[in-house]
Amino acid sequence: MAAHTSSPHFSTGPSKKGIAGNIGLFFTDRDKLEPAVVTLLAAVFSVLAGVGLIFLVSKHPAQSVTNFLLGPFMRTYNIYYMMIAVVPLVFTGLALCIIYQLKYMSLIVDSSFYMGAVVATAIGVHAALPQGVHPAVAMLASGLVGGSIGLLPAILKIKWRANELVSSLMLNYVFYFFGSFLILYYLRDRNQTILASLPFKETFSLPKLVENTQLHAGFIIAAVFVILVSLLLFRTKWGYEIRITGANPKFAAYAGIPVASVVLYAHFISGFIGGVGGAVEMTGLYRAFIWQMNPSYAWDGVIVAMLARKNPKFVPLSAFFLAYLRVGADFMSRRGDVAFEFITLLQGMIILILASDRIVNYFKARRVRKAALKAEEVSLKIEESSPAAASTAKGGAA
Amino acid sequence: MIEFIAGVFSSSNYWFIVLRSTAPILLVTLGAVITERAGITNMAMEGSMLWAALTGVIVSAATGSAWLGLLAGIAVSVLVAIMLGVFALKLDANQVLVGVALNLIATGGTVFVLFALTGDKGISSSLASKTLPTLVIPYVKDIPWLGRVVSGQNLIIYISVLAVVIIHIILNKAPIGRRMKATGENVEAARAAGINPNRVKFFALVISGILAGFAGCFLSMGYTSNFTSGIAAGRGYVANAAQVVAGGTAVGAIFASLIFGLTDAMATFLQNVGLPPELIQALPYVVTILGFIIVTLIRDRRELARKKKLFASTAGKTA
Repeated sequence: MAAHTSSPHFSTGPSKKGIAGNIGLFFTDRDKLEPAVVTLLAAVFSVLAGVGLIFLVSKHPAQSVTNFLLGPFMRTYNIYYMMIAVVPLVFTGLALCIIYQLKYMSLIVDSSFYMGAVVATAIGVHAALPQGVHPAVAMLASGLVGGSIGLLPAILKIKWRANELVSSLMLNYVFYFFGSFLILYYLRDRNQTILASLPFKETFSLPKLVENTQLHAGFIIAAVFVILVSLLLFRTKWGYEIRITGANPKFAAYAGIPVASVVLYAHFISGFIGGVGGAVEMTGLYRAFIWQMNPSYAWDGVIVAMLARKNPKFVPLSAFFLAYLRVGADFMSRRGDVAFEFITLLQGMIILILASDRIVNYFKARRVRKAALKAEEVSLKIEESSPAAASTAKGGAA
Repeated sequence: MIEFIAGVFSSSNYWFIVLRSTAPILLVTLGAVITERAGITNMAMEGSMLWAALTGVIVSAATGSAWLGLLAGIAVSVLVAIMLGVFALKLDANQVLVGVALNLIATGGTVFVLFALTGDKGISSSLASKTLPTLVIPYVKDIPWLGRVVSGQNLIIYISVLAVVIIHIILNKAPIGRRMKATGENVEAARAAGINPNRVKFFALVISGILAGFAGCFLSMGYTSNFTSGIAAGRGYVANAAQVVAGGTAVGAIFASLIFGLTDAMATFLQNVGLPPELIQALPYVVTILGFIIVTLIRDRRELARKKKLFASTAGKTA
């Protein structure tokens, strides 16, 4: 990760002043506030870019833009749809927050999520378990499988210094093909003309939160995971080790932190979350495995984690933003002449902006530059008054 | 099974497909080799290929000339590489993330453009695009077995071989190759020696863009005769893995990409014997990872042996 030149800064622990103190700190700490503002601007910019693109290609731009921006709120079921769409984004976003705290680049959570769904399908179709226990068992099994898969790029990196992004992308292809092989050869419903697994057992379903909607208890599970991951990262020794290792692996090693095992358990936890996400999606939303292709929520997770600035607390917010964009784009593309895929384009743009340290830290850099100029002026003035004092001042500065 | 594989290996048809599958990987692997040499990772070649493949189809359909399509495809591909350079080098962005972002933009953007032009999200068959010509080599085509493998291939296959020679010369004989090596190994030292590291990196990026442009255009105007969504199928990523297998040399790139080409072509044949296609499609990626691990293992062992030797010689001197 040669390109990471930004100085690592992390909070060593929550402030003891309580929530009010935290908020006060948040708004006075310009180093934290400014990147947050830039992140917000990037989000706004992406929406504007989307509107621009619509005007470029649509024959009825006004209507398409209205559908895109307001569509998510125009129908009640769209709001529920948004809440359902948030669930997988939260899981992959959380998983990637952990990876990014570690300053790793692995995208293996795509496989964890997909295989999690496949494992859940197998359990949903074949296992005979009581109501309530059935989905829980599936989530646990999917989590364990997802976690084990998550370990692979980390092992390759530690043992053979394989670039984890490249190896995880290769593995994603392998697991995608392997997963669809399992569905096709062992779980397929041969009575269906389209590719689908056998139907899930009755017991394999999460309760609905609202009658007559698709909104399922997975929404609650996702919220619980947000809290758990926040606690893990900022309130436990494990999370502290992950953040220290990410900030400076050499320092972590000198401080006696077993860096290799930190990397491994962080990847396992990340994969576990991805696997659970896959299972929740299956048991909450579907009655059989019907994905014709990989939904690739990990790529959405990248942007969720980046918008949240690697902080699990903000994952729900950025997941909602992304879900809003997606539901809007979906609503628009069904009623107009703009392809849904333009959302991927916007996502890429957001990542481009947020990945650029010089853009994100623009205000900070300007402040530092101004301060440096001021300091120089001061030292020049000192030099004019007494050369000897200036030389000691400069020596002190150096 | 063994008989079947032996039969496949002796068929000229198999080797014909091997060359076709290898060429695009070879081109992008060379691109990865040259950028890594200059100390920058071009993860956006996947996106470069996608845009090149689409642009080639659109421009060739609009102008009726495959050559103009190729030229435009390469230009767009270079543009993507330059964008990676601007964000990574000028705006201090994490180069890997920029690559990921540019690939996302390409994945969504190509479908977006295709849909806006044709009303179809999957395939460009409604555009009357042209394909790049195949080349029949006189005399060679009459050699019994070899002729059927080597002759009659698409032009890009020969260009990919030519590219190996050119990249080899750039890396090892040209002054810019030395500058690249210096930049890749130690930016500060290179700067002290009067080299402008960013210029060198941009140069490498442009070369990789050209190579990815050829590869992308080949996919939609030779390998197949349409643009389909996601046509690059991870070849740009494979190149980044193959680059390690290649050991950072142009000649090594041939072997690294052949690993992929051999299994990819074998997959086409194995499908005919009734093996599950899903598992076979995974094979090239599995083999790439394995090749990657084996090469690192060998290199580590060599390094260890070298250090032992060095240690033994210095220990002998001091004793």
